[in-house]
Amino acid sequence: MSVELDVFVGNTTIMDEEVYQLWLDGYTVNDAVKVRMEGGVMDECEASKDVLLSDTMDQYRTFQMCERLLHSPAKLANQLLFQIPPHRQIMLIERYYAFDDTFVREVLGKKLSKGTKKDLDDISAKTGVTLKSCRRQFDNFKRVFKVVEELKGPLVENIRQHFLLSDKLARDYAAIVFFANNRFETGKRKLQYLSFQDFAFCAGQLISNWTVGAVGESSIDPSYNMVEDMDVDLDKEFLQELKELKILITDKDLLDQHKSLVCTALRGKTKVFPEMETSFKNLSRGLINIAAKLTNTKDVRDFFIDLVEKFIEPCRSDRWTAADMKLYLTHYTNSAHILDTFKHQVVWDRYMGVVKSCIFKMYHD
Amino acid sequence: MPGKLKAKIVAGRHLPVMDRASDLTDAFVEVKFGNTTFKTDVCPKSLNPQWNSEWFKFEVDDEDLQDEPLQITVLDHDTYSANDAIGKVYIDIDPLLYSEAASVISGWFPIYDTIHGIRGEINVIVKVELFNDLNRFRQSSCGVKFFCTTCIPQCYRATLVHGFVEELVVNEDPEYQWIDRIRTPRASNEARQRLISLMSGELQRKIGLKVLEMGGNAVVGYLQCFDLEGESGLVVRAIGTACTLDKLSSGSAPNTNTHMHPNTAPASNACNSPSKDGKEPVFVEDLPSSSGPPTPFRALPTSSSSPPPFSPSKPCSRQSSSSDTDLSLTPKTGMGSGGSAGKEAGPLRTLLRQQTQTALEQRGASSSGLLLNAREFPFFTLTSFPPGFLLHVGGVVSARSVKLLDRIHNPALGNTRSYKLLDWNSVTADEPETRDAWWEEIRQEIKSHARALGCHAVVGYSESTSICEEVCILSASGTAAILNPRYMREGCLDIGCTDHRFEDPSPPSCGFCHIPYDELNMPFPAQLTYCYHCRRQKVPDVLFTTIDLPSEAAVAGKGCLIQARLCRLKKKAQGETNATAISNLLPFMEYELHTQLMNKLKLRSMNALFGLHIQISVGENMLLGLASATGVYLTALPAPGGIQIAGKTPGDLSNEHISSIQKRINDTIAVNKELYQINPPELAEEGVGSPIPEPRHRSRLFRSHSESSDELSELDLSHGKKDAFVLEIDDTDAVEDIHSLLIDAPPPTGFYSCNTENMPGISNWTSGVQMFTSVRVLRLSNANLTNQGLNKIFTDLCENLLKSFYFKLRSMIPCCLCHLNFTVAVPEEELIQVTVTAVAMTYDKEQTQEKTAEKPVNKGSLEAEEQLQFPLELCADSSSSNIQTASKISGVAESTNISPRAASVDYGSFADRCSTWLELLRLKAHTIRRGSVKTSRRTQSLAHSVSSLERCSPLQEGRSRSLRSSRSFGGSSVTVVKMTPLSFLPGIRIIKYLGIINMFFIRETTSLREEGGVSGFLHSFIAEVFAMVRAHVAALGGNAVVSYSMKECVFMENPNKNQAQCLINVSGDAVICISETDQESSASTANTGQTGGGGTDGAT
Repeated sequence: MSVELDVFVGNTTIMDEEVYQLWLDGYTVNDAVKVRMEGGVMDECEASKDVLLSDTMDQYRTFQMCERLLHSPAKLANQLLFQIPPHRQIMLIERYYAFDDTFVREVLGKKLSKGTKKDLDDISAKTGVTLKSCRRQFDNFKRVFKVVEELKGPLVENIRQHFLLSDKLARDYAAIVFFANNRFETGKRKLQYLSFQDFAFCAGQLISNWTVGAVGESSIDPSYNMVEDMDVDLDKEFLQELKELKILITDKDLLDQHKSLVCTALRGKTKVFPEMETSFKNLSRGLINIAAKLTNTKDVRDFFIDLVEKFIEPCRSDRWTAADMKLYLTHYTNSAHILDTFKHQVVWDRYMGVVKSCIFKMYHD
Repeated sequence: MPGKLKAKIVAGRHLPVMDRASDLTDAFVEVKFGNTTFKTDVCPKSLNPQWNSEWFKFEVDDEDLQDEPLQITVLDHDTYSANDAIGKVYIDIDPLLYSEAASVISGWFPIYDTIHGIRGEINVIVKVELFNDLNRFRQSSCGVKFFCTTCIPQCYRATLVHGFVEELVVNEDPEYQWIDRIRTPRASNEARQRLISLMSGELQRKIGLKVLEMGGNAVVGYLQCFDLEGESGLVVRAIGTACTLDKLSSGSAPNTNTHMHPNTAPASNACNSPSKDGKEPVFVEDLPSSSGPPTPFRALPTSSSSPPPFSPSKPCSRQSSSSDTDLSLTPKTGMGSGGSAGKEAGPLRTLLRQQTQTALEQRGASSSGLLLNAREFPFFTLTSFPPGFLLHVGGVVSARSVKLLDRIHNPALGNTRSYKLLDWNSVTADEPETRDAWWEEIRQEIKSHARALGCHAVVGYSESTSICEEVCILSASGTAAILNPRYMREGCLDIGCTDHRFEDPSPPSCGFCHIPYDELNMPFPAQLTYCYHCRRQKVPDVLFTTIDLPSEAAVAGKGCLIQARLCRLKKKAQGETNATAISNLLPFMEYELHTQLMNKLKLRSMNALFGLHIQISVGENMLLGLASATGVYLTALPAPGGIQIAGKTPGDLSNEHISSIQKRINDTIAVNKELYQINPPELAEEGVGSPIPEPRHRSRLFRSHSESSDELSELDLSHGKKDAFVLEIDDTDAVEDIHSLLIDAPPPTGFYSCNTENMPGISNWTSGVQMFTSVRVLRLSNANLTNQGLNKIFTDLCENLLKSFYFKLRSMIPCCLCHLNFTVAVPEEELIQVTVTAVAMTYDKEQTQEKTAEKPVNKGSLEAEEQLQFPLELCADSSSSNIQTASKISGVAESTNISPRAASVDYGSFADRCSTWLELLRLKAHTIRRGSVKTSRRTQSLAHSVSSLERCSPLQEGRSRSLRSSRSFGGSSVTVVKMTPLSFLPGIRIIKYLGIINMFFIRETTSLREEGGVSGFLHSFIAEVFAMVRAHVAALGGNAVVSYSMKECVFMENPNKNQAQCLINVSGDAVICISETDQESSASTANTGQTGGGGTDGAT
């Protein structure tokens, strides 16, 4: 005797958030039943294991049928097959597109290709996220990437509108897309201490300051905006202009002047002043060299590793505190304005603004 | 008479990719009506095409408009090969044909393909211009409104109820034609869908004609069914109740207060006043004097110049052909066949024969005085009635007949229009007259049963079939009743039983329980007592009915779903042998089902069943019986006695064992009493020593009368000797039976369940509504199962389903599963299929508890009264305190005495069983003749009470609650469409009926595994069906479906071939409804509205 067929269909589609999460997390039906039993649902309604199994299967089926719609969330609102109240739709979408930070950390900056997808089982083993869930998350990244790649306009807004995601999630996806597009290196051992949120913050900074769209309204010809991908790619012109900053380290006078200005401002304000004074030139060279090399795609990829190697690590070995760092970079940036022979203030600000906030974010253990 | 149909194809969306190369589709649309086809332009390379076509115009007869659906086919244009079909939409034009309903159909329809399911959506606008001359219809019956609802629809008023209408149409099933071997499954499915659509249209038109002929303008309680007879064809049949309905003035309706107290209601209410609340069906005639409050509700006969609201159902059937003799199978031995039966059936058979004879004699005698036209069926498909309509209820009458389906090779009849439309039809066609004759026979049977119960009408009437191979069981059942003679047109119904009793004003809360039959000449032995309510008239000890609980009935506590389940193995056989075997099993099954029902009823300490529906399904090697009903404690009836266990042979089973079982039973009864809050005026146990032996004595006395008038007297002797329902244990079977009794787990806290429209004891609905359909199929792996084993499996199946529902819907607690409709089938030899459709509705527990908490203040005897008044009270003014409740209770307090019941069931032998069983099952009415087995049983009376303008039913109360929720889908274009099998939605008022939804779909797959197996396949199909129903309703401008039902869900699979097929037929009434709070309404409505806010989550 066996149950051959067992379905339950409600006019309003019934979805249990807990089961949805289990499904998203890639639990098999049997594992999900176990988890639910341990969770104590059974006591709620005098249910037996069979009841739980039947319910879980039903829900899994429903989710599978919904999955197709979730791939283009806008459809969910005007499809006719499932009657789902709006707040539920939002929940379904938000959770479907949610991801594990540990997982995304592994694929961040990697090409969203078949090759990467093949490595998902390794990532799954490493992160403890089930392979099924990894696949879903990876496919989500890829899907979002594919859609926004072809769209014009602000990246975050595009993601939010096309995938009906919350602002926070849309920003995270923007970061993922941005990293994937520019293939930033994030996997090196030295970068391991950085969390996805650190990178997401930096990505946000880069997107809003270094891309074409970033300065769209203000400085650049609006008609030009309309034709280019604005948010996904870094502003080439700006990257070119960054080369000009080299003068700060190549011109001996400027370098010295800069150093003395900074040192004057810092003196007495921090315990690590001597170290700052000694390493000023090295640090300045590091930052300016990073800027100057950004025209090379290869070096763009290494942006974060460079920041760590050329700046963060030396500082850390000198035992700078986060406050020291803040102090130093603020004065370092501002002092350049006083240099009368330095003409590239706008580019300098645009560069340092981002670098400063990225380093602040990245300067932790 | 012509009309012009206009259709415009606007756009498509979410179309499937038809061209793999480009990942796009070049879609165009064919619009077909009758034999005319139009095409749109091709909209190249788009999955969201905008056609914006011209108006395609069809000039057609309105006859065609009624029969034919508009057929819209979406195709993918292909330059080199044949165009690929994406899918179709069938649009029923009918709702556009009557003036008050929808004026336009416009909206997004799912594009449906029988192989792939829904594939995108299409936006269509349809209009009809009728060239009006509504009086001269010949073939068409445009303008007759159809309702699935089995009560007078809200916002209408019945001025006349004409009576029973029925019709059936027969055709050959395209699936079984030779051409099916060469055409694709898709073509075959589409031919079938189209044929059934045509046949339903034709059927509806024909019924409409009959209604017009009778002078009516509407059919209420329209019940259409399909019989898929396989080789021998396809039958579409329908029954309904013809009425003349008046639409209540919509202008004034919204202003009226649902909860107006009768006292405050204007006197003019009674009749034509538009100020009467919109949903209250009002009869033109005044009700017989009422015992209610002194309403200013004087009769208006002056104003009711219209004819009495009852006109006889006209003889409206065709000549009945005599050809049925060819078909009726089985022993020509007739009644005598019983005697030849051997084996275990022996004693029963003998008994049967005796009883049959007596029954016949009796019937002959009693019917001699009747002058009813043989063709006239005083049947009503309605299950709830306007106040004053139903006087007394006699009990359930049912008839079953086993027939052999046989293909008749007649030349096709050219007279049916549908035939000419179907090119493949020239082969053979079944003769509708045969099926007609079968049903006529059954209806006659029912009618005579009703007459034997002293009743002149049958209410809550329904018909069904179960087919397996060439055997078909036809069943019909209803509730024998006496309707108010004042409503009858002269000579309409049997007047034989109108006696003086009916002149007595019966209190509304118990009148319907009073027996309609003559106590000195009872059609069956029963225990009568004086009504516990009014003390004036006799009531039976138990009451079984197929109708809904009248809203004014006095009940104690809450109701609950009671099911009897039964499996009987049967040898595989062919033809007549098979039919005979089935015929022989049927009475046993009915008997067992009733025993179970009765025991379970007692176990729950209840004394009446409403909404009783017994389904017997036939399979190749077994018969399944499932009886569902809602049990309730009627305070007018005596309290049920307990159940006593007795060992017949003490040696067999230890006394300990028996006493432990007895204890369990007693405990269960106690638990149930608490669970269902049954606190009748006085409990039976307490009554033992109390000075009320009188009723018992009286009934005893009465019994002796009945003995003298009943030839079966000797069988009744056992009755009076036992004080309680006794179950005797003398073999393991009996033990099993008792165990199975106790298996039924009570619903978890916070849940109640019923299978009727309103839940006895709950009326304060909040807005949460969740309609659902669930299907479960069980495969019996073990080939040599016993009856007992099967019973257990079947019972578990049903119980587990219920448990699953409770679990799934736990977020809605406190909630009630209403209208639980179980359908069983045996699709294949080792499969059992159970299909359930029901609605879960949330209610306000706070209010209930408030009431309960206050109870102890009142005397026990008042409690029942209070419970009765409680819904009324809530209606009247739910925001106010309950103080009024007590004040309302008056003068009935003395009716509190209850004597222990006496009856017995003995599990010892069949003979004994039958003797005691007579209380429940009227075996004497079993007749076996000419291959048909008909059984009938009686139960008791349900009478309708008079008056009660204050009929504030739970429904109405519920409706007053707010449902703000889910109107719009957060800016999306999809209208939320609520669905419910009930005739109402809580907190919502129906302002317009848009027409009947009657849809038939076939879905087939050849990639079962890929679609997620059978469950995945059926899950998506059911979801698709819901989606298509919702889309059609939304396109009509509606936002809800009431009286929704899934009439058919036939599932077939062939996992080895990776194939499955499923047929689903659904129906319901599309309506526009508005939240009670949406309208400007009186203060009290607003008040109640506020209390019912939450719970929109589950809102459908």
